[in-house]
Amino acid sequence: MKPKKLALIGALLAGGLTAVLIFAPRAVWSPEELSALRSLWIGHLEPPPADPSNRVADDERAAEFGQRLFFDKRLSANGQVSCASCHQPDKQFQDGIALAKGVGTTDRRTMSIVGSAHSAWQFWDGRKDSQWSQALGPLESSVEHGGDRTQYAHLVAQHYRAEYEALFGAMPDFKRLPEHAGPVKDPAARAAWERMGAQQRDAVTRVFANLGKAIAAYERRLMPGASRFDKYVEAVGRGDREAMDAALTPNEVAGLRLFIGKGNCLQCHNSPLLSNNDFHNTGVPPGKGLPADAGRLSGLQQLLKDEFNCLGRHSDAKPEQCGELQFLATDSRRQMRQFKVPSLRNVGERAPYMHAGQFATLAETVAHYNQAPAAPQGHSELKPLGMSRTEAAQIVEFLKTLSGPIQADRKWLEPPAPPQ
Amino acid sequence: MPYESDSDTQADSHCQPSAQLARRRLLRATSAMLLAGLGAGAVQPLRADARPAGLDMATQRLSERGLYRVSYKPDAAPLPINRLHSWILHVETADARPVVDAQVQVDGDMPEHRHGLPTRPRVTRYLGNGDYLVEGLRFQMGGWWVMAFTVTENGRSDVAKFNLMLQK
Repeated sequence: MKPKKLALIGALLAGGLTAVLIFAPRAVWSPEELSALRSLWIGHLEPPPADPSNRVADDERAAEFGQRLFFDKRLSANGQVSCASCHQPDKQFQDGIALAKGVGTTDRRTMSIVGSAHSAWQFWDGRKDSQWSQALGPLESSVEHGGDRTQYAHLVAQHYRAEYEALFGAMPDFKRLPEHAGPVKDPAARAAWERMGAQQRDAVTRVFANLGKAIAAYERRLMPGASRFDKYVEAVGRGDREAMDAALTPNEVAGLRLFIGKGNCLQCHNSPLLSNNDFHNTGVPPGKGLPADAGRLSGLQQLLKDEFNCLGRHSDAKPEQCGELQFLATDSRRQMRQFKVPSLRNVGERAPYMHAGQFATLAETVAHYNQAPAAPQGHSELKPLGMSRTEAAQIVEFLKTLSGPIQADRKWLEPPAPPQ
Repeated sequence: MPYESDSDTQADSHCQPSAQLARRRLLRATSAMLLAGLGAGAVQPLRADARPAGLDMATQRLSERGLYRVSYKPDAAPLPINRLHSWILHVETADARPVVDAQVQVDGDMPEHRHGLPTRPRVTRYLGNGDYLVEGLRFQMGGWWVMAFTVTENGRSDVAKFNLMLQK
């Protein structure tokens, strides 16, 4: 073949390729992919399931009371820490740092509260089975709020009696209670707790549990709103190419295709919250300087003996309403170092990543999934993805399209007005 | 909202260039239509492993050694994802006599993902007439699942496996 002809063929091929690149439709989705897109759409997010363990979960007055508690720094050892210290409304109800800081520093990353009413399990290790019992953990942790049960009971009796009694009935007389007592790390408070009678301890614990229930009634109202990704899915549904192009860039669309395809992300990050709310070992490296963390394996043991679980005496549920706990899988081989799959809603706004903030950026996180290193303990469920650098970057671009506002009445997104 | 109709075919058709567009921008549309075909062919499969063709999705079947005829009926349709629910399992002998007092072991698996159910479902009650209440089922993702029920009674045992294809 003559060089001229070859050049002509080459030019034609190059031209054709250019045409392909220029005129390529931005997105052609197979029926299976469309089904995946639909499954992630925020419009398919149902209202959160009922919480039978919390009879005030859907009571507006409880939510208002809970909101006041949520922002009240007096619920701490030093008067400086509230729930909102780590769950900051302007940061998707998390804090943007690797390890949560209360009166001390924890071993874990603060999880966002938004959408957590949809999950049967709370915390990275699922050691709590309701939002209300979750809220109680940090209140008694020596490195978070650092307070104790009688301190909180006194606080409620003094500052929140009317709100409390309207919801939960008359408060017992707490005048003779020690100022500080509870099953906490502080030896003096613990000793004082042990000196109290069983009946008195129970009365205080009931008030404590009710605080959690009010806080949960508030947290339950915080849901993720629509993102650019959701607008894209809606545009795909309408066949509105212009709106599709306006919603996502070609790189973001390519990342979306990888997310639901080659990336295997849907295996865990499914449903409109982009989480199956389950636990998986993905071989995440240990946090620097932190003790070994068995994740779900130790969380399960704590859950089963937690006095505030669904089957406990402070739960409002009937035993048959505690299905998740009754049918809990306890296969220890698989559960070693499993951690909860977080929702990817607003993930672009929530660096650093993983249960101890091990990865500073989404790029590092995606690189981890691409490489699939062996787990420090237990067995990673990951397989190397074989994605190119460009593909990994496209997934990151897509993940950033999942940002959106919090879907809640504005009054829930800021500290409550002081009572009239 | 756009997805009130759950038809894939309908939704898919929205993604193809319309005839109107083709008339307006002939060259681009021609390329696009050509590429739509290529693009569709090049779409990455959702799962790395191929599932066997022609999976039997029957909700009633004979157990592997032919000892029992087993069928199931979920309390929710379509089968929910990420929600606890229960099934009624009916067990009868091959000659259609209800099996009473059987021990039934429940297991669930996703062959393409090498993991099982996030819960441990079990038979909680015998309902009579060969019917067993299975509670505690929760599927954490859509796709191909295999549910296996091992029936043991009168010193003999057999397993019935059902394929399920859960919608995402």
